[in-house]
Amino acid sequence: MSWLILVLAEVVSAADVPAQPAKLAGDAVALFADRCVGCHGPNKRKGGLRLDAHASVLAGGASGPAVEVGKGTRSLMLQRVRGEGDEDRMPPEGPPLTEAQMQLLIRWIDAGAQWPQTTSTAVIPATSESAHWAYRAPVRVPAPAGKPSKPHGSDIDAYVSARLQQEGLTLSPLAPRETLLRRASLDLIGLPPTLAEIDTFVRDRRPDAWPRQLDRLLASPHFGERWARWWLDLARYADSNGYEKDRGRVAWKYRDWVIDAFNANLSFKQFTIEQIAGDMLPGATDSQRIATGFNRNTLINQEGGVDPEEAFFETLVDRVGTTSSVFLGTTLACAQCHNHKFDPLSQKDFYKFMAFFSNGEAALRGELFNDLHMGEPILSLATPEQAAARQRLEGELAAIDKEIAADTPEVRAAQTVWEDQQRTVDRSWQVLAIDKATSRGGATMSVLRDGSVLVAGKLPPGDVYEIAGRTSLSSITGIRLEVLGDKSLPKGGPGRGADGGFLLTRFEAQLLPNVAGPAVPLVFASAAADEQVSSAGPATLLGADPEGWAIDVEAVAANARRQAVFALAAPISGGGEKKFSLRLAHVARALRGIGRFRISVTSSDDPLFATHVPRKDRAALERPQDRRSPVEQSRLALLHAKKSSFFTKHRERQKAIRKQVGALGIATAMVLQERPGFDRPSAFVRMRGAFGSPAERVFADVPKALPPLPVDAPANRLGLARWLVDEGNPLTARVTVNRFWEQLFGRGLLETSEDFGTQSPPPSHPELLDWLATEFMRLGWSPKAMLRTIMMSTTYQQSSVVKVQHREKDPANHLLARGPRFRVEAETLRDSTLAVAGLLSPKLGGPSVFPWQPAGVWDVPYNDSYVWKTSEGQDALRRTLYTFLRRSAPYPYLVNFDATSRETCTLRRPRTNTPLQVLNTLNDPVFFKAAQALAARMQTEGGASPSQRIAYGLRLVTSRTPAAKEVKTLQNLFDLQRTRLAADGKATAQLLTDPTAPQPAADAKPPIISIAAPEIDRAALTMVANVLLSLDEAITKE
Amino acid sequence: MNLKNASLSPLAVTRRHLFQQGGLSLGSAALASLMGRKAAAQTKRSDPMAPRPSHHVGKAKNVIFLFMAGAPSTPDLLDPKPLCIQRNGQPVPPSFTKGERFAFIQGVPKLLGSPYAFKQHGQSGAQVSELLPHLTRVADDIAIVRSMHTTQFNHAPAQIFMNTGHQIVGRPSAGAWCTYGLGSDAENLPGFVVMTSGQSQPDGGKSLWGSGYLPTVYQGVELRTKGDPVLFLSDPPGVDRGARRATLDALGALNQQHLDVVGDPEIATRIAASELAFRMQTSVPELGDISAETKSTLDAYGVVPGARSFAKNCLMARRLVERGVRFVQLYHRGWDHHGSAAGDDLLNALPARCKEVDQAAAALVADLKQRGLLESTLVIWGGEFGRTPMNEGRNRSPFLGRDHHPKAFTMWMAGGGIKAGLTLGRTDEIGYAPVEDAVEVHDLHATMLHLMGLDHLKLTTRFQGRDFRLTDTKGKVVTKLLA
Repeated sequence: MSWLILVLAEVVSAADVPAQPAKLAGDAVALFADRCVGCHGPNKRKGGLRLDAHASVLAGGASGPAVEVGKGTRSLMLQRVRGEGDEDRMPPEGPPLTEAQMQLLIRWIDAGAQWPQTTSTAVIPATSESAHWAYRAPVRVPAPAGKPSKPHGSDIDAYVSARLQQEGLTLSPLAPRETLLRRASLDLIGLPPTLAEIDTFVRDRRPDAWPRQLDRLLASPHFGERWARWWLDLARYADSNGYEKDRGRVAWKYRDWVIDAFNANLSFKQFTIEQIAGDMLPGATDSQRIATGFNRNTLINQEGGVDPEEAFFETLVDRVGTTSSVFLGTTLACAQCHNHKFDPLSQKDFYKFMAFFSNGEAALRGELFNDLHMGEPILSLATPEQAAARQRLEGELAAIDKEIAADTPEVRAAQTVWEDQQRTVDRSWQVLAIDKATSRGGATMSVLRDGSVLVAGKLPPGDVYEIAGRTSLSSITGIRLEVLGDKSLPKGGPGRGADGGFLLTRFEAQLLPNVAGPAVPLVFASAAADEQVSSAGPATLLGADPEGWAIDVEAVAANARRQAVFALAAPISGGGEKKFSLRLAHVARALRGIGRFRISVTSSDDPLFATHVPRKDRAALERPQDRRSPVEQSRLALLHAKKSSFFTKHRERQKAIRKQVGALGIATAMVLQERPGFDRPSAFVRMRGAFGSPAERVFADVPKALPPLPVDAPANRLGLARWLVDEGNPLTARVTVNRFWEQLFGRGLLETSEDFGTQSPPPSHPELLDWLATEFMRLGWSPKAMLRTIMMSTTYQQSSVVKVQHREKDPANHLLARGPRFRVEAETLRDSTLAVAGLLSPKLGGPSVFPWQPAGVWDVPYNDSYVWKTSEGQDALRRTLYTFLRRSAPYPYLVNFDATSRETCTLRRPRTNTPLQVLNTLNDPVFFKAAQALAARMQTEGGASPSQRIAYGLRLVTSRTPAAKEVKTLQNLFDLQRTRLAADGKATAQLLTDPTAPQPAADAKPPIISIAAPEIDRAALTMVANVLLSLDEAITKE
Repeated sequence: MNLKNASLSPLAVTRRHLFQQGGLSLGSAALASLMGRKAAAQTKRSDPMAPRPSHHVGKAKNVIFLFMAGAPSTPDLLDPKPLCIQRNGQPVPPSFTKGERFAFIQGVPKLLGSPYAFKQHGQSGAQVSELLPHLTRVADDIAIVRSMHTTQFNHAPAQIFMNTGHQIVGRPSAGAWCTYGLGSDAENLPGFVVMTSGQSQPDGGKSLWGSGYLPTVYQGVELRTKGDPVLFLSDPPGVDRGARRATLDALGALNQQHLDVVGDPEIATRIAASELAFRMQTSVPELGDISAETKSTLDAYGVVPGARSFAKNCLMARRLVERGVRFVQLYHRGWDHHGSAAGDDLLNALPARCKEVDQAAAALVADLKQRGLLESTLVIWGGEFGRTPMNEGRNRSPFLGRDHHPKAFTMWMAGGGIKAGLTLGRTDEIGYAPVEDAVEVHDLHATMLHLMGLDHLKLTTRFQGRDFRLTDTKGKVVTKLLA
């Protein structure tokens, strides 16, 4: 906005024409947010002044009111921004306000210093010139002409040179060809060049030698792997669900989709649309559905006690935050609880955005207190063969189900027989005749006529009953404990607890000798009851840490009989009378003894048969079939099908078939699926962001401060996807090219690549950023073309040597007077190490792998139902992005080198330089194995003399011809080590042993390694290689 | 700083470089405190963990945080409620629970009086339950805070909240903030050390000691209790100390030669890191070698040599603090006593957990005091939230237990400028919520930082366009706790 127009407006305003206070207010608040709120805002309140809320603005700060309403020119605020008086001019950092901005403030105060009506931050449409730069469409300013100091290949260089000229700097000379190829190779495929590739390039005198190399690398299948690595951080891809339980998930199909997409050079437009809404494209393919895994990479909380709806709400919150951060570089997540403090994003904008994700298929899975969560769709990706096999097996399962469920005379007859047996099961039990019953705590015990024992009198906590009894049954296979009701007990029993319940924590039995000799403790093989609460069943009494047996006292007929059966591991046989002693212990410190019980014994082959009909179904069993309700009838039929020996064979067959289905290894993918026939997607605003405080319902829409949805785009997820990559969207192209730049140069043109909002520092080269954004769109959003364009620039190809003038004027290289130089990311580092050692497997894609890792890393997490089983063969040496990523216990090497556990999206990895990293490259057995392999290469390929071999190794690792001094330094190490090892056969043997191989047993004889001169050489070279792989240059792109 | 004359020696360049690497910039206040004072310039060390002056003079130099993951049932340990015993088994008055949500409780919950006896101890008359007999011996050295409350009621988010001031993963932990603000006096050890013991892993996982958006150098380093205490600390078989020294000499020489050619100060940092790595290879095993400890010390803690235990970790904590490590955090797990089974109830599991920690925690306080370290070491004991005054009775479980309860819980602190013998705050008659001197998690953080000489409002870092701090948008120093 030009100064002239403002002055005119001032004139008009002075003529008492309404001054559009709303617009003024919006502009003023935007200016505050842009320049003032950093210090005069919610966090700092310098001088007691806040300029982010109306009341505080009017109240002013320590120096008094900042504005005098109606008197713009006289207000303190104006004095301060003009730097009048003794005080520093505001704002103290950055350029002073322009005259136009000061005029805006005057007019705003004159017009009443009002505040925007709707939200605390103004919504300024992206079309407005006063909108924050990033919310305005990128504009292509012609590249500066002028006289650069040396010839430039591209517009990029013109922008960069123009900026450098202001500082009296120039672009650096081109880096040597070997350095350049290493740089490009690490950037495009994440691996260093081979020596042959370097030689070819160095010798290539054709003018287009460089673009030829770029094209070769862009066409490599490893390009997709390297750039997927980058994207998977943003997509928070991992192989586990996260949180407390952190169970495994099958998600790798999405990872492979990303690799394939980069290799196929899918336009970023399509790349985005498929990930956000591939399932909603007409005739969506499996591949497009797999792409929606982007937003299925969210965590799943399976912790007990979690409200699944609330956990799912958190999932949607993450989808909003990740989608807006990744594509828009916008911190929309800040608006979950309140309007954004700095950027023009309202809380409503957040929930409108959330509404886009609210219409997906999701249903409760799992059961209460156990894994209850919202399950979303899983796409089965069977090959045609697998699908056929599965169909056949499922057919077999269904046929068996049908046989079981069939209402045939045979089944009916079998069920009748089974029911008869169940009804008369008591006949196979003989009640133990009680000789003695005592309570350790002093309760009174009396034996009733039916052989049961009634407990009364004193009620001690944690009581123990001791019973002695006898039976004449000849062969005994099990003991039964019946608990029975009685009027004398609380609520009718069967327990002495106030609610009629009990908790039995120990049940022991001994066979007493008839004449003399020791008592024999009886061992039980299994136990079951016809009723138990949750997991508290008699089976737990057999283990070391018994939970105990308790019954459901709140169920109807609380005082009815229940029974627990303990099956003996070995039957007791032999004629004559048998005497037993039994001990029943109850939970310590509590008043929960059994009130009335009866013990019996059986010689049945299947003692647990008596517990097969649950107590609550027994009443129905006792009635004739025609007097049962249909529900009761079907429950009994089901019990029969599940328990009766008539179907044992069927059940075994089904188990075998299910195993076969699992063995098919059918891949699956986690996908989004829109509910059919959807309404307009909506969501509820949540007060203070809390799930429990739903408020107004809002409908899917994009933030107001940004351009609206394209006219032909529906207000659903597909519409959102198209809007994200619409040419009118000011953010997505800028954000994406900035990330490309960040990958290549180590820092974005906008350093805060995760935040393009008003609080971000300005880009170092705003025109260049806009040029790149518009160029990206002009190139059809092609990632490969965009990367090639940047890499063709001189700016990219400069030497990265840091000169004195660089350290003086631009130590951090914001202005790009030299090429990028920084430590490569974790995955590239390990891949390069394995590659120069000749160990790296070139295999692409497939399920995640388990390379060697230190013992115990997976011991820690909560759920140890799955284990790290080290992969064998080439899967032990795959590229690092294929390593199974369990969020609660990530691969330790990766953590050491700044990779994250990907619980949330990683917008920018920090880059640290720590002693733990040194220990890692020196001592990690995987790295040491690589040193051994590199030493072997040096020995076999490097030449005859140690210095030749060392020079060869140096070149393999650094991609350049080494200096004599460097070779000399390592030769000294080699000589020293050779002397040591020649005298130490054991150390030599150890240095030649693969440290990742399974450790031999302690008593195993050490393998015999013949140690002669070549072996000593190789061991000494291993020490040299150990240094090489830890060199700064080995782990740095320069 | 005159950059023109700055040499390229590792020491000269890395300090400056620290502020440029990683694309992260320090908050301006922190920067001022890091750069502005003379002491900073005098420090010989140049690594990111070099000690830095504080905002003000703090009484505490180190923190030992004994984190009882799973949330101990403090109504049975440190906050007696006679009324709950009187009304044991009666429905809780609805005025307390109206509109409340619980993780597992269903229906009308019933009050549960503690099955354990409380007595007053020491001159201060601190009330401690019979489950913590050893703690009573240091009752006059600790301050009990009965009015803690949090906003989170599931383990993972609440633990993350207690450690980072926010319930969602991704922010720096308290230990990371402390080392970021102050560095560490331990030259040959990490500045922030974490050790774990107990039954299960803390639900929040490694994010509990993460560095968030601070450089990863500030994240907690887990001293493993099995294998190498620090991953990859041991040299590979066949590499002796002499050979390792020789390789590091060659590595340093080559890196220095390359630094001379390309002039990148990052290389100087790497040379310094290599040397620290070498020193750690000696200092870490020395740290773990407790053979020099007297038998009476081992007995006081209850350390059984060779066994992994909380007691051993407490002893290690003292050794770490002696060596200048800034922040030590010990996790002891398995406090989640719902009473859904014998393994997680108040009558079996709670006494077992108490037995595992009581003696060693009390011994740690006494040992620090005896060695004159307690004055400068802040010890904090507690979990991520409280437990209900009501019995949980999940699925009509017969076992006694309490559900998650964010509204009120008790922690204790000692040393480092904490007022000894104090019992701060009061909960209502059933222990449902604080009614006096409520302390919110951010207040705890603000107080902890204050004792360390850090102003929680000034210790900031800029991320995604905003200055972030440990106390988020809240937090006030609890002055009543200060000695």
